Amino acid sequence: MPKLTIDGIEITVEQGTSILQAAEQLGIEIPRFCYHDRLSVPANCRMCLVEVEGAPKPVASCAQPCGNDMKVLTKSPKVVKARQGVMEFLLINHPLDCPICDQGGECDLQDQSVAYGYDRSRYAENKRAVKEKYLGPLIDTHMNRCIQCTRCIRFSEELGGVESLGLIGRGEVVEIAPYVEKMIESELSGNLIDVCPVGALVSRPYEFKARPWELRKTETIDVMDAVGSNIRVDSRGNEVLRVLPRLNEEINEEWIGDKTRFAYDGLKVQRLDRPYIRDGKKLREATWEEAFALIASKLEKIDGKQIGALVGDLAAMEEIKALKDLMNAWGSPHTDCLIDGAVFDAENAGGYLFNTNIADIEKADAILLVGTNPRWEAPMINLRIRKAALANRDLPIGVIGEQLDLNYKYEYLGAGADTLTGLRKSKSAFVKALKKAKNPVVILGAGALRRKDGKAIQQAVAQIAEEFKIIKKDWNGFNMLHTAASRIGALTLGFVPGRGGYNAAKMIEETKSGKIKALYLMGADDVNFKGLSKKAFVIYQGHHGDHGAIHADVILPGAAYTEKAGVYMNVEGRAQIARQAVFPPGEAREDWKILRALSDFTGSPLPYDNLQGLRAAMVTDHPELQDINVPMKVKWKGLGVPGKILKAGFETSIKNYYQTNVISRHSVTMAECTAEASGKTNKKVAANG
Amino acid sequence: MLKDQDRMFTNLYGWQGADLKSAQKRGSWDNTKALIKKGREWIIDEMKASGLRGRGGAGFPTGLKWSFMPKDSGKPHYLVINADESEPGTCKDRDIIRHEPQKLIEGALLASFAMQAHACYIYIRGEFYREAEILQAAIDEAYDAGMLGKNAAKSGWDFDLYLHRGAGAYICGEETALLSSLEGKKGMPRNKPPFPAMAGLYSCPTTVNNVETIASVPDILRRGGSWFAGLGRENNHGTKLFCISGHVNRPCNVEEELGIPMKELIEKHAGGVRGGWDNVLAVIPGGSSTRLLPKDICDEVLMDFDSLRAVNSGLGTAGLIVMDKSTDIIFAIARLARFYWHESCGQCTPCREGTGWLYKVMQRMVTGHARVDEIDMLLDVGAQMEGHTICAHGDASAWPIQGLINHFRPEMEKRIMEYRTRAVDAA
Repeated sequence: MPKLTIDGIEITVEQGTSILQAAEQLGIEIPRFCYHDRLSVPANCRMCLVEVEGAPKPVASCAQPCGNDMKVLTKSPKVVKARQGVMEFLLINHPLDCPICDQGGECDLQDQSVAYGYDRSRYAENKRAVKEKYLGPLIDTHMNRCIQCTRCIRFSEELGGVESLGLIGRGEVVEIAPYVEKMIESELSGNLIDVCPVGALVSRPYEFKARPWELRKTETIDVMDAVGSNIRVDSRGNEVLRVLPRLNEEINEEWIGDKTRFAYDGLKVQRLDRPYIRDGKKLREATWEEAFALIASKLEKIDGKQIGALVGDLAAMEEIKALKDLMNAWGSPHTDCLIDGAVFDAENAGGYLFNTNIADIEKADAILLVGTNPRWEAPMINLRIRKAALANRDLPIGVIGEQLDLNYKYEYLGAGADTLTGLRKSKSAFVKALKKAKNPVVILGAGALRRKDGKAIQQAVAQIAEEFKIIKKDWNGFNMLHTAASRIGALTLGFVPGRGGYNAAKMIEETKSGKIKALYLMGADDVNFKGLSKKAFVIYQGHHGDHGAIHADVILPGAAYTEKAGVYMNVEGRAQIARQAVFPPGEAREDWKILRALSDFTGSPLPYDNLQGLRAAMVTDHPELQDINVPMKVKWKGLGVPGKILKAGFETSIKNYYQTNVISRHSVTMAECTAEASGKTNKKVAANG
Repeated sequence: MLKDQDRMFTNLYGWQGADLKSAQKRGSWDNTKALIKKGREWIIDEMKASGLRGRGGAGFPTGLKWSFMPKDSGKPHYLVINADESEPGTCKDRDIIRHEPQKLIEGALLASFAMQAHACYIYIRGEFYREAEILQAAIDEAYDAGMLGKNAAKSGWDFDLYLHRGAGAYICGEETALLSSLEGKKGMPRNKPPFPAMAGLYSCPTTVNNVETIASVPDILRRGGSWFAGLGRENNHGTKLFCISGHVNRPCNVEEELGIPMKELIEKHAGGVRGGWDNVLAVIPGGSSTRLLPKDICDEVLMDFDSLRAVNSGLGTAGLIVMDKSTDIIFAIARLARFYWHESCGQCTPCREGTGWLYKVMQRMVTGHARVDEIDMLLDVGAQMEGHTICAHGDASAWPIQGLINHFRPEMEKRIMEYRTRAVDAA
């Protein structure tokens, strides 16, 4: 443990800590451009130079490990001069176009230039000009502004796992360039915009839209997947202008996936902004009173047991709770949240949660992926696997299901049931490693359970987990990976078929026989509506006119995730509070309020009048919700002996990363990405040059 | 003047054959086994006693450098020989490779044994195409004769020697850039620490030595460190190859004792300066990156590390570039500024941006289209680069210009004034 002084303050640090990190611990700011906490250290910007007593030259503090009895000076005249020099060099070929640069106001170069640079330039020569590069529909480039810090190269190579960017040329004309000009084939490419310290890589959809100081920043939770990435929604007026990641070391660190970052433009398209009532073949605009009165009159005529309710992928726990209470009041057991047809043991939380915490994936020494493509289903979890694979080059990773394009090496074990059950007899290198592993992890994709024998698959994987000691006293490596943000919350609230209740498919089917006469769709769009009878009275509550609204007899316009306060529970069973960034458009209202209002019309008023009351009721019924931001800890109970598993191979649930829910389906940006990723685009793809 | 019996590179001019047989006649490979049997401690001690300082330019004591190699790292050790001789004005390694390749190969075996390396790489400059052919032929010859490979020269030490051709980048002569290039990466210098002795080639302990350094090893070990230390001056021992080029009557490579006066070196071996000694304008003493010296210093200065350092220049690679009074000294240095601009790797800021700036201003200095205060700015920009970069390229780019300004500032001011006068007249 070296002990040193920085600016006269003594500090003892861990072996291997750099001077820059030690200074950070003391709260001493050292300017930097190329250094990034989570990337390798090239020490090429030279901004972090400090003076070490005894050293002939200033040293780069980001790359210099602390030594015993070092005396470091970060504010000496020599250091100040060195920083001014580097700053001047960085600016001589920088266009200084801050007034038209998107980064203006949140630019490292701008800030550090004010803090550490000269106040004028001595450079009288022509500036370097660099051609723009095409990096796809998400990132726009202004390469003149680039300061060659190589953060983008390091991010894409190290964490993104794609070698698409590099430093080409040399000397003064060196440039960051894609070797072939095309979209960066990574679901994390948007983070390049964040790591870029200047305005060289900027968000294409957000470009020239706003200045950072005009934006209202709301800290909230993402719903594009079930990981619950922490995000910040930046809005101006009532418009969401961009989505940025927010630091949460336990979930997304400081990254987010591209869908999370760029799908927000889908919030402006095809929105339901007022109630509608079906009038023959057409839907006509209506008032809330009309809509509620119609629903009340229809429901009055039928038995409560003839009402079914489905919850979609983006619902917050508040409206799920309210709907559940309402269904109870109406006396219907037909509630379900597994609208995608997944079949598994919904009673046993240990069997459907992501029991290993996301951050702990990095500790894993063997990983088995069953019927899941984490790269698309949960980029943040995939990033952890990638990090584990980076730290341990021989990390054994096995895949059962589809052959996947993952950004780490894996051993493909097989497609389905035979491989899974044959695992215990298998002599493959992976299985040997799995048996020996101290922290083994198995990730079962919920998508693979969308078939009749889903429960048997779940049980079989659980059995393997028990046999291979993946679940131990101090380590639970059994994980199920869901893709719907609402799923764990709904399961926790018990939004599953009650006694004698039908599941989603059965509810649709029974509309023919008349056993189900009314269907309440709470944002349920990704349902197989085939077989839905015209006789059934369908209420759709949601925010987009999508698959669900087409079938509706009454549409109640709800709020999207940026427009309401709500609790979301992520795959780990971690309840997180999302905040309202903007207001719902037009007549649309927060979803739980709609249900509360409806309950008055149907003569079964819900016992809460405000959000606090609703949340209090939720916590009373489910005490595990008291602990916010903490993963649920469930004791392993076992799932029982598996039944017969069909021959067919396990399929992953996402075929197109960019379009998986109503918001992303209506996003123009996501549509462009889809086209580009599938090669259906007119954009010229040419070698750089 | 160096006596003939003290010369190491007796075939420097290629008057005899470069093949193994001829080399053996000159004493190469004479009982190499016995030298190795004396053990690695002995070799390193002998190298320390000789006082040999690295011949690649920095002049770091070789024996000391070798002793930095860890004893039990558990990883393979490597010796890498830097044959990427790219410093303008320098051509000594080229002649060693052409005419004395066996000295280099034998030295490689001895040095590798001393550092427990079973493999050695020679990184040769891409432009040295013929030289690479010759060296490869010499290596093949040594393999065939059992001097390399398993049980090399019957010493009991397994040793493999590989030749790798570079692609001709100046920066790949910097030791860590060379290692990156050798690993197949872009030739960009690495940040130090870790030094190559701890984590060099493929992150294994590595020593990088110049061709001349390694080629000197067999003679030093045979004749003894004390013999070598007896030559030259205090702290600047032994002989050195000097490359004399420019405005001299007979440009040449010559082996001489360190500490020989510059004037004597040029007059005796290079046939004197064109138009007589008084026609000297300036001499760059140690390859293009060292600061030039005007005639009054050249009259007296001795050619060794410390004497040249004392006059604010350096011995560098001992490549003397002699310039007589017909030289446009500002243009000459501007040309060097262009070289350093062109060869900067572009990795770190001060060098990437600074070399271009210096070159552009120097171009204007040549015509005189500049302001007098820009001369000070050049000094300041140079100072901002110096010591702030990952490798020494930043320093090397700044030094020639600093030398110019230190000694020829009036010349530069005159050029600017002339330009202004012309401009006023024209108007």
